[in-house]
Amino acid sequence: MSHIELPPPVAPDWHRWRSGLFGGWGNSLITLAALGAFAWLFHPLLRWAVIDAVWTGTAKDCAVDGAGACWAFIGAKLRFILFAFFPPDLQWRPALVVATVLALLVLSALPRFWSFRLVPLWIAALVLSWLLMAGTLTPPQVSTNNWGGLPITLVVSIAGLAFAFPIALLLALARQSNMGVVRTLAITFIETLRGVPMIAVLYVAMLIVPLALPSGAAIDKLLRAQIGVTLFFSAYLAEVIRAGLQVVPWGQREAALSLGLGYIQTIRLIVLPQALRAVIPAIVNLSIGIVLNTSLLAVIGIYDLLNAAKTSATDPTWLGFHTEAYVFAAAVYFVICFTGSRYSIWLEKRLNAATRH
Amino acid sequence: MPSRLSTWLGPLPFGQIFLFAGVLAIFALFGSNTVDSMQRTGLSPGFGFLFHQANFEIGETVLPYSAGDTYARALAAGLANTIKVAIVGCVLATVLGVALGIARLSGNLLLATFVHTYVELLRNTPLLLQLFLWSAIIHALPPPRGAYVFLESVYLSNRGVHVPSVSLQGLSWAIWLPAILLTAYASLSLARRLLTGSTFYIPKAAMTVLGSLVVCYLALTSFGLAATIDLPAKGGFNIKGGLSLTPEFFALLIGLVVNASASISDIVRSGIQSVKSGQWEAARALGLKPAQIMRLVVLPQALRVITPLMISSFLDLTKNSSLAVAIGYPDIVSVANTTANTTGQALEAICIIAAVYLTLSLSVSALMNLYNRRIVLRGEARR
Repeated sequence: MSHIELPPPVAPDWHRWRSGLFGGWGNSLITLAALGAFAWLFHPLLRWAVIDAVWTGTAKDCAVDGAGACWAFIGAKLRFILFAFFPPDLQWRPALVVATVLALLVLSALPRFWSFRLVPLWIAALVLSWLLMAGTLTPPQVSTNNWGGLPITLVVSIAGLAFAFPIALLLALARQSNMGVVRTLAITFIETLRGVPMIAVLYVAMLIVPLALPSGAAIDKLLRAQIGVTLFFSAYLAEVIRAGLQVVPWGQREAALSLGLGYIQTIRLIVLPQALRAVIPAIVNLSIGIVLNTSLLAVIGIYDLLNAAKTSATDPTWLGFHTEAYVFAAAVYFVICFTGSRYSIWLEKRLNAATRH
Repeated sequence: MPSRLSTWLGPLPFGQIFLFAGVLAIFALFGSNTVDSMQRTGLSPGFGFLFHQANFEIGETVLPYSAGDTYARALAAGLANTIKVAIVGCVLATVLGVALGIARLSGNLLLATFVHTYVELLRNTPLLLQLFLWSAIIHALPPPRGAYVFLESVYLSNRGVHVPSVSLQGLSWAIWLPAILLTAYASLSLARRLLTGSTFYIPKAAMTVLGSLVVCYLALTSFGLAATIDLPAKGGFNIKGGLSLTPEFFALLIGLVVNASASISDIVRSGIQSVKSGQWEAARALGLKPAQIMRLVVLPQALRVITPLMISSFLDLTKNSSLAVAIGYPDIVSVANTTANTTGQALEAICIIAAVYLTLSLSVSALMNLYNRRIVLRGEARR
């Protein structure tokens, strides 16, 4: 007789809700108190954001007494918040870049498409994005000083992760090395960058790097910031990868050596596939951290999404709608990062299921 | 037998020496370029500028400072501001975070969902944006005349927050130094008892606390000490009396606290959930009451998971306080930035910032390693 597998019975939703909200008098009391507190807290918020909000019109309509949030402002300044000072008639370029990057992200997120062919694809996409934005091949050219908004946030984050990865891999291996000098250099680099706030690294990129270059040489401001972000996150990524390397038992390396594999072969064929698989969710979480932290570029005067939102509220015709601008920017960040963190949880479950079988 | 140096060096000693020389050479090249560029603009590298007069004001300071004092003093004032916001922030974030963590574990679906949403919202938006938003909200509050008042004692307006303060008369070193030492000793021994999981009885602990309070009160009054509570009140165009927190400090503090409380609540939740359900069941089978299970079985084990994570989120909070520069609170980064702008000594200013944060991070991680070693050893020895 065949074995019948039935899933364990699950209580119906309303049952779970009832016991979660009103199971026992203490719980009911908490529920009622919480409802009261939410009503007190959210009522003014709801009035501001929805009921009293102004959805269309001009700044004059928003200046009426008792008006709530001015969402008309977001409608009017949407293109500025998304693309900052990029010439308006050329804004199809950053829009195309954002669309391409998002499409590639979706593609890379599906384990079905995981292969090393993605690496050249990404590199090509990043290089082409840069060329398209700068207009090197398709004039008119646009200086990086005019770049801004969402494409900056996305491209700096992704390029940061892409370039940090090889550096971090070398650092993580160096930290495990049996060569004392190599190990010490790696530890010094990692601990120094992890010990200082990111803003200090960005200051170095902005203020010190121009001084440290030989006279006459200069690196673009955005590129310097990109280098700073990359180095900063390579230290964090190195620690993530190191955690993965520690998952692989040392005996496997010894076994590989005894089979006659060299160091590079051992690492490439035996250690890395297992180590990286173990830390993919952690890498996704770190990437979310990178996206969030690129907002610090605002402090050094680069027009990323946050800075564009901040600046949009200084337009003389739409003066002072800071709160609306920040709420909108927050929503954009939230959509990106929340999707990422859900994805990381889904991936973790899937990978765990795959190794268990 | 190989010497210790050669085992440390491992294979390829000459290659490594070349590598080291290469790194040194790159640093030397960058260094000499920097010195050249600085001299070209008429600056002399070095920390001599620290003893020159700083001609800028600092918005608010804990250490007394005024324009005309030295740069060294200005930077010290900035450091003190950083320490102030970090300490107050860590305490408040712990209180709020633990409360939220417990709320999430309470078993009440509504409360747990709310805390979960709160955590996700804060985790998935940039901290800098949160700080900007808090700052914008505080600056959009009504002026002092129409300030929001809570319990007749807390005033919220666009000039910041005014809370009641306690002022002590007749306070001297002889009193507060022993008091601080006593408190520190008491909290340390309490923490140790909690961490080692040794039993202590609530009645006994309560007696000790009560006893020491009575002794303190008697000692203080006999020294002629009196405490008065100073309530803020509306007066003219501003709010007078009490302790006033500037809008910048308040925005930074609330932003850091709310942000850190999200991660702390998650740490508390996952720490308590890391204790296997078998432990609860076993303790229940032994006849312990829920409060006893929490105190004697779950917390001692959960704290081993929680403590290192808590310390690293305190460290994060302190490092994040460097974002103060973006909303105008004069912390060490902000003062160093002003110093760099007025003197041109950017390299030195950044070295000072890095030195401050590195000292902090490295000493905290050294302490944490020590703690981990102790905890691990104890756990192993018991098994």
